[in-house]
Amino acid sequence: MEPIERDLDSAEIRLSADPMLLNVGPSHPATHGTVRIVVELSGETIVRCDVQVGYLHRGFEKMCERGTWNQVFPYVDRCNYVSPMLNNVGLALACEKLLDIVVPNRCQYFRMALGELARISDHLTCTAAMAMELGAFTPYLWMMKAREMIWDIMEEETGARLTHSFGRIGGMAKPPTDGFKEHSRAVMAHVTKTIDEVERLLLTNRIFLDRLENVGVISAENAISLGWVGPCLRASGVPYDVRRAHPYMKYGEIEFDVPVGAKGDCFDRYMVRLEEIRQSARIVEQTLNRLEDSGPINVDDPRVVLPDKHDVYSTIEGTIQHFKLVMEGVKLPAGEAYGYTEGGNGEMGFYLVSDGSGTPYRVRIRPPSFYVTGGLEHIITGQMMADIVPCFGSLNMIGGECDR
Amino acid sequence: MAKALIDFVSSRFPGAVLDSHSQHGDDTVVVDPKVWLAVHQALRDDPVADMQMLVDLTAVDFPRHLPRFEVVTHLVSLRLGHRLRVKSRVGDTSGDNAVIDSLSALWASANWAERECFDTMGVTFAGHPDLRRILLYPEFEGHPLRKDYPAELTQPLVPYREVENIGKLPPFGPHEGMSFGRQTHHLTRVADTAKD
Repeated sequence: MEPIERDLDSAEIRLSADPMLLNVGPSHPATHGTVRIVVELSGETIVRCDVQVGYLHRGFEKMCERGTWNQVFPYVDRCNYVSPMLNNVGLALACEKLLDIVVPNRCQYFRMALGELARISDHLTCTAAMAMELGAFTPYLWMMKAREMIWDIMEEETGARLTHSFGRIGGMAKPPTDGFKEHSRAVMAHVTKTIDEVERLLLTNRIFLDRLENVGVISAENAISLGWVGPCLRASGVPYDVRRAHPYMKYGEIEFDVPVGAKGDCFDRYMVRLEEIRQSARIVEQTLNRLEDSGPINVDDPRVVLPDKHDVYSTIEGTIQHFKLVMEGVKLPAGEAYGYTEGGNGEMGFYLVSDGSGTPYRVRIRPPSFYVTGGLEHIITGQMMADIVPCFGSLNMIGGECDR
Repeated sequence: MAKALIDFVSSRFPGAVLDSHSQHGDDTVVVDPKVWLAVHQALRDDPVADMQMLVDLTAVDFPRHLPRFEVVTHLVSLRLGHRLRVKSRVGDTSGDNAVIDSLSALWASANWAERECFDTMGVTFAGHPDLRRILLYPEFEGHPLRKDYPAELTQPLVPYREVENIGKLPPFGPHEGMSFGRQTHHLTRVADTAKD
């Protein structure tokens, strides 16, 4: 490298007054997930920006058109990979809407309990990562520890920590294990304790508050127009929660509150997620109380549910039924249906078009993250460069779901 | 409740509603593409419908039908709690002339949704402010969600991009960031001084 020869005191350095283009990402420590943000800076203020997604595009919707309906479940697992159970349940509900069947009560409560556990792990990941990106490493480790406990439950129930592929059309792959209730209650106690500790640590921290409050503000009208859903929309003061507005499964009979924010800044989004963890813990407790210890988990419908293994090996009817369900797949009646549930980031929709065969004709996943990330440009324009980190973190953009 | 929305659209746009159904509880109207924008405008602004949010916009490919593509939107009213699916059919059998009005002036969410639909299905949205690919890269050939796009197809290797013609993509010009050596700074300063 050449030596520094300049005499900085005597020579006037002219800095360019033109706006500077800066490239953030696609792989950047502040973007957990692959997203590229090209910003035009005037000083440190963002004048214009262009958010570019698609780095994790794997062509799910095309792949879904090549297998059977039940083979879609592993794909949706990999959409929102921090709360895959919610995607599994959402797809199962959409397929069941097309089939006009309702699963037994025991299965519904089991799905709700698992789904709320997944929601807690989703919110824990988001809040933990956001705190870590702003320099608070201790709460991150505490929350990751709590999340790991939830994933231990998932592993015990489904056999996989992360990509469960546990949903089935007309039920679940397995009934709950004997220790499910006991373990869930123990973990819920730990999670709520962790949240209290994290709150005590972070909400008295001046640096943390200064970086979140009044940063990335969005009004309710803009949030609705951008198609925002879930915690991000509720932080702007719109109490829209699919579980409350259009109750599915047994959410209509469960008591829980829908937390809303006042301003719609990063701090509100953070607090809404923390409060939703507590509400989810309430829901888990109520569903565990209603979950029966015995009873059918799958619908009694030979068109959609695999027969008992004993029947497969001992009767010709069972063998044929098993063969047809595996080789041809569950046949969903021709038509279209839009099934929507409250995923980790808001309304997770599945627009299914069936031609009556065992193979999906079109599976459109309505990704909450995609629309939320579409609003990133809106909230960071006019902010400082350093504000990208809390803004992006508070949106909880999940690459797999956004890019599919 | 539900049927009321279908009636609302058919009374406001007589003759433009080609079909309607309520399969599985989802109310659906199929409208003429000519009134696509007007129907959505009415659904958003009329207090009877009050569709504040465009939940989703996508397209379905039916290669044996004419028109070929079904563009589908899902709308929801947060205040009234009702939903409606609006569909319209565009495009000839070869996939050309699939043009429909953009809804991005009505809902901001239509911006990215229409870009994705253009990217994966090849439906063009007239009046869209920034219609470029979003999930795939600019050099991608074809539209992968069309039924005549083979899933096994391998895309050609993209050559290195020419820097000058890329516009805002990096690497940037001499004035802008990413200058890794002192030589660059030096040259910049000389160039600035020479201008004065």
